[in-house]
Amino acid sequence: MNGRHYARCFAGIATREALRFVQQRERFIAALVRPLVWLVVFAAGFRSVLGVAILPPYDTYITYDVYIVPGLVGMIQLFNGMQSSLSMVYDREMGSMRTLLVSPLPRWFLLVCKLLAGTLVSILQVYAFLAVAWMFDIRMAPLGYLVLLPVLVATGLMLGSLGMLLSSVIKQLENFAGIMNFVIFPMFFLSSALYPLWKMQETSLLLYRVCAVNPFTHAIEAIRFALYGQFNGAAVLLVLLTLGILLALAIYGYDPARGMMSRKGGGD
Amino acid sequence: MTADSPAILEVSGLGFSFGPKRALDDVSLDLGAGEFKVLLGPNGAGKTTLFSLITRLHESTEGEIRIEGAELRRDPGRALARMGVVFQQPTLDLDLTVQQNLLYHAALHGLGRAESLARIETELGRLGMAERARERVRRLNGGHRRRVEIARALLHRPGLLLLDEPTVGLDVPTRQTIVAHVHRLAREDGVAVLWATHLIDEVAADDSVAVLHEGRRRAQGSLSQVLAETGAADIGAAFAALTQAGPAGQAPVGDTT
Repeated sequence: MNGRHYARCFAGIATREALRFVQQRERFIAALVRPLVWLVVFAAGFRSVLGVAILPPYDTYITYDVYIVPGLVGMIQLFNGMQSSLSMVYDREMGSMRTLLVSPLPRWFLLVCKLLAGTLVSILQVYAFLAVAWMFDIRMAPLGYLVLLPVLVATGLMLGSLGMLLSSVIKQLENFAGIMNFVIFPMFFLSSALYPLWKMQETSLLLYRVCAVNPFTHAIEAIRFALYGQFNGAAVLLVLLTLGILLALAIYGYDPARGMMSRKGGGD
Repeated sequence: MTADSPAILEVSGLGFSFGPKRALDDVSLDLGAGEFKVLLGPNGAGKTTLFSLITRLHESTEGEIRIEGAELRRDPGRALARMGVVFQQPTLDLDLTVQQNLLYHAALHGLGRAESLARIETELGRLGMAERARERVRRLNGGHRRRVEIARALLHRPGLLLLDEPTVGLDVPTRQTIVAHVHRLAREDGVAVLWATHLIDEVAADDSVAVLHEGRRRAQGSLSQVLAETGAADIGAAFAALTQAGPAGQAPVGDTT
Protein backbone atom coordinates (compact mmCIF):
# COMPACT_ATOMS: atom_id res chain seq x y z
CA MET A 1 0.00 0.00 0.00
CA ASN A 2 2.14 2.80 -1.28
CA GLY A 3 1.38 6.31 -2.46
CA ARG A 4 0.40 5.04 -5.86
CA HIS A 5 -2.29 2.87 -4.34
CA TYR A 6 -3.72 5.92 -2.56
CA ALA A 7 -3.64 7.97 -5.75
CA ARG A 8 -5.33 5.25 -7.79
CA CYS A 9 -7.95 4.80 -5.12
CA PHE A 10 -8.79 8.50 -5.12
CA ALA A 11 -8.85 8.59 -8.92
CA GLY A 12 -11.19 5.60 -8.95
CA ILE A 13 -13.60 7.14 -6.45
CA ALA A 14 -13.59 10.52 -8.21
CA THR A 15 -14.15 8.89 -11.61
CA ARG A 16 -17.10 6.97 -10.26
CA GLU A 17 -18.71 10.10 -8.79
CA ALA A 18 -18.15 11.97 -12.04
CA LEU A 19 -19.62 9.14 -14.14
CA ARG A 20 -22.64 8.89 -11.91
CA PHE A 21 -23.09 12.62 -12.11
CA VAL A 22 -22.88 12.67 -15.89
CA GLN A 23 -25.22 9.71 -16.23
CA GLN A 24 -27.83 11.02 -13.86
CA ARG A 25 -28.75 13.94 -16.04
CA GLU A 26 -31.91 14.69 -14.06
CA ARG A 27 -29.81 15.31 -11.00
CA PHE A 28 -27.65 17.81 -12.81
CA ILE A 29 -30.62 19.61 -14.29
CA ALA A 30 -32.36 19.72 -10.92
CA ALA A 31 -29.19 21.04 -9.33
CA LEU A 32 -29.09 23.80 -11.91
CA VAL A 33 -32.77 24.63 -12.13
CA ARG A 34 -33.31 24.92 -8.37
CA PRO A 35 -31.05 27.95 -7.82
CA LEU A 36 -32.10 29.44 -11.15
CA VAL A 37 -35.72 29.45 -10.09
CA TRP A 38 -34.71 31.31 -6.96
CA LEU A 39 -32.62 33.73 -8.97
CA VAL A 40 -35.05 34.40 -11.77
CA VAL A 41 -38.39 34.18 -10.01
CA PHE A 42 -37.88 34.80 -6.33
CA ALA A 43 -35.16 37.41 -6.61
CA ALA A 44 -36.94 39.23 -9.40
CA GLY A 45 -40.03 39.52 -7.25
CA PHE A 46 -38.15 40.72 -4.23
CA ARG A 47 -35.97 43.07 -6.13
CA SER A 48 -38.54 45.82 -5.88
CA VAL A 49 -39.39 45.15 -2.25
CA LEU A 50 -36.01 44.68 -0.74
CA GLY A 51 -33.14 47.07 -1.16
CA VAL A 52 -29.79 45.99 0.16
CA ALA A 53 -27.69 48.69 1.77
CA ILE A 54 -24.02 49.03 1.17
CA LEU A 55 -22.19 46.49 3.26
CA PRO A 56 -18.90 44.70 2.68
CA PRO A 57 -17.86 43.20 0.34
CA TYR A 58 -20.16 45.39 -1.76
CA ASP A 59 -18.96 48.93 -2.39
CA THR A 60 -22.15 50.20 -3.93
CA TYR A 61 -25.87 49.58 -3.75
CA ILE A 62 -26.66 46.20 -5.20
CA THR A 63 -29.86 44.68 -6.41
CA TYR A 64 -31.39 41.75 -4.59
CA ASP A 65 -30.62 39.22 -7.29
CA VAL A 66 -26.94 40.07 -6.97
CA TYR A 67 -27.19 39.68 -3.21
CA ILE A 68 -28.59 36.16 -3.23
CA VAL A 69 -26.11 34.64 -5.70
CA PRO A 70 -23.63 33.54 -2.99
CA GLY A 71 -26.51 32.06 -1.01
CA LEU A 72 -27.61 30.08 -4.04
CA VAL A 73 -24.06 28.85 -4.58
CA GLY A 74 -24.17 27.65 -0.98
CA MET A 75 -27.54 26.06 -1.66
CA ILE A 76 -26.12 24.04 -4.54
CA GLN A 77 -23.41 22.70 -2.29
CA LEU A 78 -25.82 22.11 0.57
CA PHE A 79 -28.12 20.01 -1.62
CA ASN A 80 -25.24 18.20 -3.19
CA GLY A 81 -23.68 17.41 0.18
CA MET A 82 -26.94 16.05 1.53
CA GLN A 83 -27.80 14.20 -1.62
CA SER A 84 -24.54 12.42 -2.28
CA SER A 85 -24.02 11.46 1.33
CA LEU A 86 -27.55 10.70 2.31
CA SER A 87 -28.02 8.46 -0.67
CA MET A 88 -25.73 6.15 1.30
CA VAL A 89 -28.67 5.56 3.59
CA TYR A 90 -30.61 3.84 0.88
CA ASP A 91 -30.10 0.13 0.61
CA ARG A 92 -28.61 0.02 -2.81
CA GLU A 93 -26.25 2.80 -1.90
CA MET A 94 -25.45 1.04 1.30
CA GLY A 95 -24.40 -1.81 -0.93
CA SER A 96 -21.99 0.30 -2.91
CA MET A 97 -20.78 1.82 0.34
CA ARG A 98 -19.92 -1.70 1.47
CA THR A 99 -17.69 -2.35 -1.49
CA LEU A 100 -15.89 0.85 -0.58
CA LEU A 101 -15.55 0.00 3.09
CA VAL A 102 -14.20 -3.52 2.55
CA SER A 103 -11.37 -2.24 0.38
CA PRO A 104 -7.96 -2.23 2.02
CA LEU A 105 -7.02 1.42 2.44
CA PRO A 106 -7.74 3.08 5.80
CA ARG A 107 -11.36 3.96 6.24
CA TRP A 108 -10.76 7.65 7.00
CA PHE A 109 -8.98 7.94 3.67
CA LEU A 110 -11.84 6.28 1.79
CA LEU A 111 -14.37 8.61 3.42
CA VAL A 112 -12.29 11.71 2.68
CA CYS A 113 -11.92 10.57 -0.95
CA LYS A 114 -15.66 10.18 -1.22
CA LEU A 115 -16.22 13.64 0.25
CA LEU A 116 -13.66 15.24 -2.03
CA ALA A 117 -15.17 13.55 -5.07
CA GLY A 118 -18.63 14.78 -4.09
CA THR A 119 -17.25 18.26 -3.54
CA LEU A 120 -15.68 18.31 -7.00
CA VAL A 121 -19.06 17.44 -8.48
CA SER A 122 -20.70 20.26 -6.51
CA ILE A 123 -18.06 22.69 -7.77
CA LEU A 124 -18.90 21.77 -11.36
CA GLN A 125 -22.53 22.51 -10.58
CA VAL A 126 -21.61 25.86 -9.02
CA TYR A 127 -19.64 27.04 -12.02
CA ALA A 128 -22.40 25.90 -14.37
CA PHE A 129 -24.83 28.00 -12.30
CA LEU A 130 -22.50 31.01 -12.32
CA ALA A 131 -22.23 30.70 -16.08
CA VAL A 132 -26.00 30.88 -16.40
CA ALA A 133 -26.11 33.76 -13.92
CA TRP A 134 -23.60 35.53 -16.15
CA MET A 135 -26.15 35.32 -18.95
CA PHE A 136 -28.60 37.03 -16.63
CA ASP A 137 -26.09 39.85 -16.26
CA ILE A 138 -24.91 38.89 -12.82
CA ARG A 139 -21.20 39.12 -13.37
CA MET A 140 -18.23 39.10 -11.07
CA ALA A 141 -14.67 40.13 -11.74
CA PRO A 142 -12.60 37.28 -13.21
CA LEU A 143 -10.49 37.23 -10.04
CA GLY A 144 -13.64 36.46 -8.04
CA TYR A 145 -14.27 33.23 -9.94
CA LEU A 146 -10.70 32.19 -9.22
CA VAL A 147 -10.63 33.05 -5.52
CA LEU A 148 -13.93 31.25 -5.19
CA LEU A 149 -12.43 27.86 -6.07
CA PRO A 150 -10.47 27.09 -2.87
CA VAL A 151 -13.33 28.45 -0.79
CA LEU A 152 -15.76 26.12 -2.55
CA VAL A 153 -13.52 23.17 -1.71
CA ALA A 154 -13.72 24.07 1.99
CA THR A 155 -17.45 24.80 2.03
CA GLY A 156 -18.23 21.73 -0.10
CA LEU A 157 -16.26 19.48 2.23
CA MET A 158 -17.98 21.02 5.25
CA LEU A 159 -21.47 20.39 3.87
CA GLY A 160 -20.48 16.95 2.58
CA SER A 161 -19.18 16.00 6.03
CA LEU A 162 -22.47 17.09 7.51
CA GLY A 163 -24.31 14.79 5.13
CA MET A 164 -21.93 11.93 5.84
CA LEU A 165 -22.33 12.42 9.56
CA LEU A 166 -26.11 12.37 9.20
CA SER A 167 -25.90 9.22 7.08
CA SER A 168 -23.96 7.51 9.84
CA VAL A 169 -26.48 8.30 12.58
CA ILE A 170 -29.80 8.16 10.75
CA LYS A 171 -31.16 4.64 10.73
CA GLN A 172 -33.58 4.95 7.95
CA LEU A 173 -34.81 7.61 5.68
CA GLU A 174 -38.19 7.28 4.06
CA ASN A 175 -37.37 9.97 1.58
CA PHE A 176 -35.53 13.17 1.10
CA ALA A 177 -38.33 15.18 2.70
CA GLY A 178 -37.21 14.60 6.26
CA ILE A 179 -33.83 16.06 5.54
CA MET A 180 -35.40 18.89 3.59
CA ASN A 181 -37.52 19.85 6.57
CA PHE A 182 -35.06 19.36 9.35
CA VAL A 183 -31.69 20.18 7.84
CA ILE A 184 -31.79 21.97 4.51
CA PHE A 185 -34.63 24.42 5.18
CA PRO A 186 -33.50 25.55 8.63
CA MET A 187 -29.90 25.84 7.52
CA PHE A 188 -30.83 27.79 4.44
CA PHE A 189 -33.43 30.12 5.88
CA LEU A 190 -31.60 30.77 9.13
CA SER A 191 -28.57 32.06 7.33
CA SER A 192 -27.43 35.12 5.42
CA ALA A 193 -28.39 33.45 2.13
CA LEU A 194 -31.62 35.39 1.51
CA TYR A 195 -31.22 38.48 3.67
CA PRO A 196 -28.33 40.25 5.32
CA LEU A 197 -28.07 39.48 9.02
CA TRP A 198 -28.67 43.10 10.10
CA LYS A 199 -32.08 42.87 8.50
CA MET A 200 -32.78 39.79 10.59
CA GLN A 201 -31.57 41.62 13.68
CA GLU A 202 -34.20 44.30 13.18
CA THR A 203 -36.89 41.64 13.27
CA SER A 204 -35.76 39.28 15.98
CA LEU A 205 -32.64 39.23 18.07
CA LEU A 206 -33.02 35.54 18.75
CA LEU A 207 -33.27 34.62 15.08
CA TYR A 208 -30.32 36.86 14.41
CA ARG A 209 -28.23 34.98 16.93
CA VAL A 210 -29.24 31.62 15.49
CA CYS A 211 -28.28 32.86 12.03
CA ALA A 212 -24.97 34.18 13.30
CA VAL A 213 -23.90 30.81 14.70
CA ASN A 214 -25.18 28.80 11.74
CA PRO A 215 -22.07 27.46 9.99
CA PHE A 216 -23.92 27.79 6.70
CA THR A 217 -23.96 31.58 7.20
CA HIS A 218 -20.19 31.55 7.40
CA ALA A 219 -19.92 29.33 4.36
CA ILE A 220 -22.04 31.81 2.41
CA GLU A 221 -20.09 34.82 3.69
CA ALA A 222 -16.82 33.12 2.71
CA ILE A 223 -18.30 32.52 -0.76
CA ARG A 224 -19.67 36.08 -0.95
CA PHE A 225 -16.33 37.72 -0.21
CA ALA A 226 -14.47 35.32 -2.48
CA LEU A 227 -16.76 36.19 -5.39
CA TYR A 228 -15.52 39.77 -5.05
CA GLY A 229 -11.92 38.67 -4.90
CA GLN A 230 -11.71 39.18 -1.14
CA PHE A 231 -10.79 36.81 1.59
CA ASN A 232 -13.03 36.72 4.66
CA GLY A 233 -10.59 35.19 7.12
CA ALA A 234 -13.02 34.80 10.00
CA ALA A 235 -15.64 33.06 7.86
CA VAL A 236 -13.13 30.75 6.22
CA LEU A 237 -11.65 29.89 9.58
CA LEU A 238 -15.07 29.03 10.99
CA VAL A 239 -15.83 26.91 7.94
CA LEU A 240 -12.58 25.01 8.36
CA LEU A 241 -13.20 24.55 12.07
CA THR A 242 -16.71 23.22 11.44
CA LEU A 243 -15.36 21.02 8.69
CA GLY A 244 -12.79 19.54 11.07
CA ILE A 245 -15.38 18.77 13.72
CA LEU A 246 -17.98 17.33 11.34
CA LEU A 247 -15.41 15.24 9.50
CA ALA A 248 -14.02 13.80 12.72
CA LEU A 249 -17.53 12.91 13.86
CA ALA A 250 -18.40 11.37 10.48
CA ILE A 251 -15.26 9.21 10.55
CA TYR A 252 -16.14 8.20 14.09
CA GLY A 253 -19.66 7.40 12.85
CA TYR A 254 -18.23 4.97 10.32
CA ASP A 255 -15.88 3.34 12.82
CA PRO A 256 -16.44 -0.42 12.50
CA ALA A 257 -16.12 -0.88 16.25
CA ARG A 258 -19.26 1.17 16.68
CA GLY A 259 -21.08 -1.12 14.30
CA MET A 260 -23.26 1.58 12.84
CA MET A 261 -24.05 -0.68 9.92
CA SER A 262 -25.71 -3.11 12.25
CA ARG A 263 -28.52 -0.73 13.07
CA LYS A 264 -29.26 -0.19 9.45
CA GLY A 265 -30.10 -3.61 8.20
CA GLY A 266 -26.58 -4.91 7.99
CA GLY A 267 -27.49 -7.73 10.35
CA ASP A 268 -29.49 -10.81 9.55
CA MET B 1 -8.65 -29.65 3.96
CA THR B 2 -5.33 -31.37 4.31
CA ALA B 3 -3.45 -30.97 7.51
CA ASP B 4 -0.42 -29.29 5.99
CA SER B 5 -2.23 -26.61 4.00
CA PRO B 6 -1.80 -23.22 5.62
CA ALA B 7 -4.92 -21.63 7.06
CA ILE B 8 -6.28 -18.83 4.88
CA LEU B 9 -9.06 -17.88 7.24
CA GLU B 10 -8.95 -18.48 10.98
CA VAL B 11 -11.86 -17.40 13.12
CA SER B 12 -11.53 -18.19 16.78
CA GLY B 13 -13.86 -17.61 19.70
CA LEU B 14 -15.79 -14.93 17.86
CA GLY B 15 -18.74 -13.36 19.66
CA PHE B 16 -20.95 -10.41 18.85
CA SER B 17 -24.08 -8.78 20.23
CA PHE B 18 -26.52 -6.27 18.81
CA GLY B 19 -27.42 -4.55 22.04
CA PRO B 20 -29.03 -7.23 24.20
CA LYS B 21 -29.38 -9.67 21.31
CA ARG B 22 -26.62 -12.23 21.09
CA ALA B 23 -25.91 -12.65 17.38
CA LEU B 24 -22.80 -14.83 17.53
CA ASP B 25 -21.37 -16.81 20.38
CA ASP B 26 -17.93 -18.41 20.51
CA VAL B 27 -17.75 -19.17 16.79
CA SER B 28 -14.59 -20.77 15.44
CA LEU B 29 -13.93 -21.64 11.82
CA ASP B 30 -10.94 -22.36 9.69
CA LEU B 31 -10.39 -22.57 6.03
CA GLY B 32 -7.37 -23.75 4.03
CA ALA B 33 -6.23 -22.94 0.51
CA GLY B 34 -8.42 -24.56 -2.11
CA GLU B 35 -11.06 -25.49 0.43
CA PHE B 36 -14.72 -24.92 -0.41
CA LYS B 37 -16.62 -24.56 2.82
CA VAL B 38 -20.38 -24.26 2.89
CA LEU B 39 -21.61 -22.24 5.82
CA LEU B 40 -25.07 -23.62 6.38
CA GLY B 41 -27.63 -22.02 8.59
CA PRO B 42 -31.30 -21.13 8.54
CA ASN B 43 -32.27 -17.48 8.07
CA GLY B 44 -31.26 -15.52 11.13
CA ALA B 45 -28.58 -18.00 12.17
CA GLY B 46 -25.92 -15.29 12.18
CA LYS B 47 -24.35 -15.93 8.77
CA THR B 48 -24.59 -12.34 7.64
CA THR B 49 -23.32 -11.12 10.99
CA LEU B 50 -20.34 -13.42 10.67
CA PHE B 51 -19.70 -12.04 7.17
CA SER B 52 -19.99 -8.48 8.41
CA LEU B 53 -17.37 -9.19 11.05
CA ILE B 54 -14.99 -10.97 8.66
CA THR B 55 -15.33 -8.09 6.19
CA ARG B 56 -14.88 -5.56 9.03
CA LEU B 57 -18.15 -3.77 8.41
CA HIS B 58 -18.34 -4.02 12.12
CA GLU B 59 -15.80 -5.03 14.63
CA SER B 60 -16.01 -7.37 17.56
CA THR B 61 -13.82 -7.31 20.62
CA GLU B 62 -14.51 -10.97 21.37
CA GLY B 63 -12.32 -13.44 19.59
CA GLU B 64 -10.04 -13.09 16.63
CA ILE B 65 -10.16 -13.17 12.85
CA ARG B 66 -7.03 -13.81 10.77
CA ILE B 67 -6.75 -13.75 7.02
CA GLU B 68 -3.53 -15.32 5.74
CA GLY B 69 -2.10 -14.65 9.16
CA ALA B 70 -3.02 -10.95 9.29
CA GLU B 71 -5.19 -10.15 12.27
CA LEU B 72 -8.15 -8.09 11.13
CA ARG B 73 -8.23 -5.62 14.01
CA ARG B 74 -4.51 -4.93 14.10
CA ASP B 75 -3.76 -5.09 10.41
CA PRO B 76 -7.02 -4.48 8.53
CA GLY B 77 -5.37 -3.26 5.32
CA ARG B 78 -3.37 -6.43 4.78
CA ALA B 79 -6.27 -8.65 5.74
CA LEU B 80 -8.82 -6.90 3.51
CA ALA B 81 -6.41 -6.82 0.55
CA ARG B 82 -6.49 -10.63 0.49
CA MET B 83 -10.25 -10.93 0.58
CA GLY B 84 -12.87 -10.90 -2.16
CA VAL B 85 -16.50 -10.48 -1.18
CA VAL B 86 -19.86 -11.08 -2.83
CA PHE B 87 -22.51 -9.59 -0.59
CA GLN B 88 -26.03 -10.85 -0.30
CA GLN B 89 -27.52 -7.60 -1.60
CA PRO B 90 -26.40 -6.45 -5.02
CA THR B 91 -23.71 -3.81 -4.77
CA LEU B 92 -23.20 -2.77 -8.38
CA ASP B 93 -23.83 0.72 -9.70
CA LEU B 94 -26.75 0.22 -12.04
CA ASP B 95 -26.08 3.32 -14.10
CA LEU B 96 -22.47 2.45 -14.82
CA THR B 97 -21.27 -0.15 -17.29
CA VAL B 98 -19.89 -3.49 -16.19
CA GLN B 99 -16.39 -2.35 -16.98
CA GLN B 100 -16.77 0.94 -15.11
CA ASN B 101 -17.96 -0.95 -12.06
CA LEU B 102 -15.01 -3.30 -12.23
CA LEU B 103 -12.47 -0.52 -12.86
CA TYR B 104 -13.75 1.23 -9.75
CA HIS B 105 -13.17 -1.86 -7.67
CA ALA B 106 -9.71 -2.40 -9.17
CA ALA B 107 -8.78 1.21 -8.33
CA LEU B 108 -9.85 0.70 -4.71
CA HIS B 109 -7.35 -2.14 -4.63
CA GLY B 110 -4.62 -0.04 -6.20
CA LEU B 111 -4.46 -1.73 -9.59
CA GLY B 112 -3.31 0.31 -12.57
CA ARG B 113 -5.58 0.78 -15.56
CA ALA B 114 -3.84 -1.51 -18.06
CA GLU B 115 -3.56 -4.34 -15.59
CA SER B 116 -7.15 -3.83 -14.47
CA LEU B 117 -8.46 -4.04 -18.02
CA ALA B 118 -6.53 -7.24 -18.66
CA ARG B 119 -7.82 -8.85 -15.49
CA ILE B 120 -11.37 -7.70 -16.17
CA GLU B 121 -11.25 -9.36 -19.56
CA THR B 122 -9.93 -12.58 -18.04
CA GLU B 123 -12.44 -12.77 -15.21
CA LEU B 124 -15.44 -11.83 -17.33
CA GLY B 125 -14.27 -14.26 -20.01
CA ARG B 126 -14.21 -17.12 -17.55
CA LEU B 127 -17.87 -16.45 -16.80
CA GLY B 128 -18.85 -15.97 -20.43
CA MET B 129 -19.48 -12.28 -19.85
CA ALA B 130 -16.65 -10.70 -21.85
CA GLU B 131 -18.90 -9.22 -24.51
CA ARG B 132 -21.06 -7.57 -21.85
CA ALA B 133 -18.26 -5.35 -20.52
CA ARG B 134 -19.65 -2.17 -22.02
CA GLU B 135 -23.26 -2.74 -21.13
CA ARG B 136 -24.89 -0.88 -18.32
CA VAL B 137 -25.55 -3.07 -15.31
CA ARG B 138 -29.20 -1.99 -15.33
CA ARG B 139 -29.67 -3.91 -18.56
CA LEU B 140 -28.33 -7.19 -17.15
CA ASN B 141 -30.51 -9.81 -15.52
CA GLY B 142 -29.97 -11.00 -11.95
CA GLY B 143 -27.81 -13.94 -12.90
CA HIS B 144 -25.50 -11.85 -15.03
CA ARG B 145 -25.22 -9.21 -12.31
CA ARG B 146 -24.15 -11.92 -9.88
CA ARG B 147 -21.51 -13.13 -12.31
CA VAL B 148 -20.17 -9.60 -12.58
CA GLU B 149 -19.96 -9.44 -8.80
CA ILE B 150 -18.03 -12.69 -8.69
CA ALA B 151 -15.65 -11.45 -11.38
CA ARG B 152 -15.24 -8.24 -9.40
CA ALA B 153 -14.41 -10.07 -6.19
CA LEU B 154 -11.57 -11.88 -7.99
CA LEU B 155 -9.92 -8.89 -9.70
CA HIS B 156 -7.36 -8.34 -6.97
CA ARG B 157 -6.61 -12.10 -6.84
CA PRO B 158 -7.73 -12.73 -3.28
CA GLY B 159 -6.74 -15.82 -1.34
CA LEU B 160 -10.12 -15.87 0.34
CA LEU B 161 -13.48 -15.52 -1.39
CA LEU B 162 -16.57 -14.87 0.72
CA LEU B 163 -20.04 -15.28 -0.75
CA ASP B 164 -23.16 -14.55 1.26
CA GLU B 165 -26.20 -16.36 -0.17
CA PRO B 166 -24.93 -15.71 -3.70
CA THR B 167 -27.64 -17.68 -5.50
CA VAL B 168 -30.74 -16.26 -3.83
CA GLY B 169 -33.35 -15.31 -6.38
CA LEU B 170 -31.61 -16.97 -9.33
CA ASP B 171 -33.04 -19.67 -11.56
CA VAL B 172 -31.74 -23.24 -11.38
CA PRO B 173 -29.40 -23.26 -14.41
CA THR B 174 -27.81 -19.98 -13.30
CA ARG B 175 -27.39 -21.30 -9.77
CA GLN B 176 -25.68 -24.41 -11.11
CA THR B 177 -23.35 -22.37 -13.31
CA ILE B 178 -22.30 -20.17 -10.41
CA VAL B 179 -21.88 -23.04 -7.97
CA ALA B 180 -19.76 -24.90 -10.53
CA HIS B 181 -17.65 -21.86 -11.33
CA VAL B 182 -16.80 -21.14 -7.72
CA HIS B 183 -15.97 -24.79 -7.11
CA ARG B 184 -13.58 -24.60 -10.01
CA LEU B 185 -11.95 -21.50 -8.49
CA ALA B 186 -11.26 -23.44 -5.32
CA ARG B 187 -10.06 -26.57 -7.08
CA GLU B 188 -7.96 -25.04 -9.84
CA ASP B 189 -6.80 -21.71 -8.42
CA GLY B 190 -6.54 -22.73 -4.80
CA VAL B 191 -8.89 -19.99 -3.62
CA ALA B 192 -10.33 -20.63 -0.18
CA VAL B 193 -14.10 -20.21 -0.45
CA LEU B 194 -16.62 -19.56 2.30
CA TRP B 195 -20.09 -19.97 0.81
CA ALA B 196 -23.00 -19.10 3.05
CA THR B 197 -26.39 -20.52 2.20
CA HIS B 198 -29.52 -22.00 3.64
CA LEU B 199 -29.96 -24.21 0.60
CA ILE B 200 -28.62 -27.66 1.44
CA ASP B 201 -28.65 -28.78 -2.17
CA GLU B 202 -25.68 -26.52 -2.81
CA VAL B 203 -23.42 -28.79 -0.78
CA ALA B 204 -21.25 -30.97 -3.02
CA ALA B 205 -19.87 -34.32 -1.89
CA ASP B 206 -16.30 -33.14 -1.34
CA ASP B 207 -17.14 -29.82 0.30
CA SER B 208 -16.52 -29.12 3.91
CA VAL B 209 -19.41 -27.87 5.96
CA ALA B 210 -19.96 -25.61 8.93
CA VAL B 211 -23.39 -25.37 10.45
CA LEU B 212 -24.44 -22.21 12.22
CA HIS B 213 -27.61 -22.02 14.27
CA GLU B 214 -28.78 -19.32 16.63
CA GLY B 215 -25.37 -17.70 16.62
CA ARG B 216 -23.47 -20.84 17.55
CA ARG B 217 -21.45 -23.16 15.40
CA ARG B 218 -23.10 -26.56 15.62
CA ALA B 219 -20.74 -28.52 13.42
CA GLN B 220 -17.66 -28.21 11.30
CA GLY B 221 -15.78 -30.68 9.15
CA SER B 222 -15.96 -32.60 5.91
CA LEU B 223 -19.40 -33.62 4.78
CA SER B 224 -18.77 -37.25 5.71
CA GLN B 225 -17.51 -36.28 9.19
CA VAL B 226 -20.61 -34.21 9.88
CA LEU B 227 -22.84 -37.03 8.67
CA ALA B 228 -21.02 -39.55 10.82
CA GLU B 229 -21.20 -37.42 13.92
CA THR B 230 -24.86 -36.59 13.55
CA GLY B 231 -25.71 -40.14 12.53
CA ALA B 232 -27.70 -38.73 9.63
CA ALA B 233 -28.11 -40.32 6.23
CA ASP B 234 -27.70 -37.14 4.24
CA ILE B 235 -26.89 -33.50 4.78
CA GLY B 236 -30.56 -32.60 4.84
CA ALA B 237 -31.19 -34.83 7.81
CA ALA B 238 -27.98 -33.69 9.51
CA PHE B 239 -28.94 -30.05 8.99
CA ALA B 240 -32.40 -30.68 10.37
CA ALA B 241 -30.97 -32.46 13.40
CA LEU B 242 -28.48 -29.69 14.10
CA THR B 243 -30.86 -26.78 13.65
CA GLN B 244 -34.13 -28.05 14.99
CA ALA B 245 -32.92 -29.09 18.40
CA GLY B 246 -33.33 -26.50 21.12
CA PRO B 247 -30.57 -24.02 21.77
CA ALA B 248 -29.87 -25.16 25.30
CA GLY B 249 -27.33 -27.77 26.24
CA GLN B 250 -26.46 -28.95 22.78
CA ALA B 251 -22.79 -29.62 22.42
CA PRO B 252 -21.22 -28.68 19.10
CA VAL B 253 -20.13 -31.68 17.09
CA GLY B 254 -17.66 -32.32 14.36
CA ASP B 255 -14.98 -30.02 15.71
CA THR B 256 -11.84 -30.52 13.71
CA THR B 257 -10.01 -27.46 14.93
